[in-house]
Amino acid sequence: MEQFAFYVLAGVTILASLGVVSSRVPMHSVMLLIVSFGALAGLYVMLDAPFTAVTQIIVYAGAIMVLFLFVVMLLNQHREDEPEVMPASLLRRNLRAGVLLSVLLAIEVAWGLSQVGLRSFGTDPGEISAVSSVAQIGLALFTTHSFAFEVTSVLILVSMVGAVVIARREH
Amino acid sequence: MSELTLADFGISQALIARLVLIFVVFQALVLTSAFMVWMERKVCAYIQDREGPNRVGPAGLLQPFADVIKLVFKEDLRPKAADALLFAIAPIISTATAFAAFSVVPFGNETTLFGLLSEPLRLEVTDVNVAVLVVFAVASMGVYGIVLAGWSSNSKYSLLGGLRSSAQMISYELSYGLALASVILLAGSMSLREVVMNQSGYWWGFIPKWYVFLQPLGFFIYMTAGVAETNRAPFDFPEAEQELVAGYHTEYSSMSFALFFMAEYINMVTVSALATSLYLGGWLGPFSERFGVGWIYFMAKVLLILFFYVWMRWTLPRYRYDQLMEFGWKWLLPMAVLNLIATAALVIWLG
Repeated sequence: MEQFAFYVLAGVTILASLGVVSSRVPMHSVMLLIVSFGALAGLYVMLDAPFTAVTQIIVYAGAIMVLFLFVVMLLNQHREDEPEVMPASLLRRNLRAGVLLSVLLAIEVAWGLSQVGLRSFGTDPGEISAVSSVAQIGLALFTTHSFAFEVTSVLILVSMVGAVVIARREH
Repeated sequence: MSELTLADFGISQALIARLVLIFVVFQALVLTSAFMVWMERKVCAYIQDREGPNRVGPAGLLQPFADVIKLVFKEDLRPKAADALLFAIAPIISTATAFAAFSVVPFGNETTLFGLLSEPLRLEVTDVNVAVLVVFAVASMGVYGIVLAGWSSNSKYSLLGGLRSSAQMISYELSYGLALASVILLAGSMSLREVVMNQSGYWWGFIPKWYVFLQPLGFFIYMTAGVAETNRAPFDFPEAEQELVAGYHTEYSSMSFALFFMAEYINMVTVSALATSLYLGGWLGPFSERFGVGWIYFMAKVLLILFFYVWMRWTLPRYRYDQLMEFGWKWLLPMAVLNLIATAALVIWLG
């Protein structure tokens, strides 16, 4: 039963994510993104982490609301136009940059996994409830990881200001 | 040959009781939304010094059923340029999220139905230890139904309704969430059952320990944001009929139109039920434990808030759009933040 649920949720997540990038209608992409996040939240529930699941829905699926507004208000178009033909030199440069970034990302993920080690939480109920407990998460976030937490918030602020600056310059 | 019992198929009494409970809750929600239509029309009529529906059944009580029959037999129209898929699923999203949000609300303590069941049954569909957040998350998904309906109809009035709805929801969700956070701080738990149990007992023997007395400002913020979240007057911008024909559901007819209405009324019930659990002591009341009548107290409190909802709709005029934004961001949100900080300080100070 559990395995069946896992495969259904994982399948929905992957199919919806593929749909996000392949759909030609921006609104459909946005909807599929929500489906994908919802299925991910289901996987978190199966991992005994209901708090993470609910946060996933509130933060991510809720934030898409803003994306919705952008799609509807700023782009208000029902289909993406045919992509403009890119000059060959630019295309080659973009390809190279893309490959470089992908390899870097793969190395980073592999390094991160090697640091943590591939271990499961086992079946110790104390450990499981500690992972899903809101109080434990909060405590860890504001004491052990407070530096990373604050740096992340600054990072988000910087990207927000950056987006505003870029949008302003174009006018 | 021994006789087969249900237990041989893995069906226990507890499972059957639970399934029956889920069915009853579902039907109760549908019936409540039908009854709410009647109550709305009746209360509105008396406020405007009229009689209201009084032809179908005693005091017009069967009017909602006549309405449903009328709606079922209407033609389901769809604009030619509409996005067929999204147009079809928008009302389903609205209704499904409305039902789902209610699933974690406890409406009574454990009961054995006067000794009918061998083990006590908890009066709620499911108990999640982050129930408050679940209601918040699922209810916030409901806005997608409205926005999608507005966008996929491919009509300017619908689109404006959908846009207004999303802007309104984003603005008021913050205050709503901060009001919830203050109660969570007081209760020290996100389980609605524990929040309710924390409110048992009396101060000086007669004032019930409800959080509304500790959080009067929080209750006000919660109710205001709740009305805005359910798109009810004076915050009914998504459907403002004088400006937008009927807003996001202008192009809908027949049962898909009815689904939007049902979703609106069920959302009202959920907001009221959550307010009852968080601020008004849920199913607690005099002798509620001794006679197992807690669910009656619960329903009475919910009904009171629902009446308040209707009363407000027919008393207050609609805000202007800029007033809505100004009130949400410049008044409600700062108040909610101050309330949260004050609550946190008090919780730490008093231990």
